Amino acid sequence: MAFLTDRKRAVGMGSAKSGTHHHWQMMVTSVALLVLIPLFVFTFGTILGAPYAEVIAYYQRPFPAVVAILTMLVGFFHFRLGVQTVIEDYVHGFARKAAIIFMICLSYAAAGFAVFAIIRIAL
Amino acid sequence: MRCRAGQCAPLKGTTMADVNRGNRPLSPHLTIYRPQWTSITSILVRITGNALLVAGLLIVWWFVAAATGPAAFALADGVLTSWFGKLVMLGSIWALWYHSLGGLRHLVWDSGRMLDVASSERAGQAMVALSVVLTIITVIIL
Repeated sequence: MAFLTDRKRAVGMGSAKSGTHHHWQMMVTSVALLVLIPLFVFTFGTILGAPYAEVIAYYQRPFPAVVAILTMLVGFFHFRLGVQTVIEDYVHGFARKAAIIFMICLSYAAAGFAVFAIIRIAL
Repeated sequence: MRCRAGQCAPLKGTTMADVNRGNRPLSPHLTIYRPQWTSITSILVRITGNALLVAGLLIVWWFVAAATGPAAFALADGVLTSWFGKLVMLGSIWALWYHSLGGLRHLVWDSGRMLDVASSERAGQAMVALSVVLTIITVIIL
């Protein structure tokens, strides 16, 4: 045991197990979204309300399509992290686990459908 | 705790962990405090973040509909550009800017800056004001 540092013995022993990983992911996605959100608002906002053919042509351009894909991926991953924290604060017992699993699946499904749709339009 | 032949059961009307459960003094909660800029702006970050799911799912539907074809697109686009859809989008633009500024405040806090009460309150006031300004600018541009 003398070879183990105090830190090494403590790692993974807390109630959260994974330590600061959730918070770190939150920070990384926050920084990414600070760039992506303005880009998405002003690309998606520009084309929302346009006729079908114009929308399809717009999202066949690489920049609006990639911005939309990244925003959906990072945005829903950020949401999945945030909503888990909220559920952990307000929901208890079995309902907590059920709610977290449901919201994680919903977030990934939403991102999956969005990315598939944008790629299908773009290609 | 009552034990017989190696089997233990909690006493009637109690639980195993704590015999005084439900009969203890509670620390003061939300209702007892006067609203503060720090608490209200923090709660609003949480509310806006979760509320953005509505706009998020509407936008996913819009993309899926556009990928499906003109008829599906007409329905989704009709909902998003209706007066109700526009109301949701307007609210979501404000929620988006507000939540982004809230996230920026968290990143500043995480760097160890502006952690005193006066700075936090000023940051909260700035978030509210800036989010409204950004919303107005966005509506004018788009």
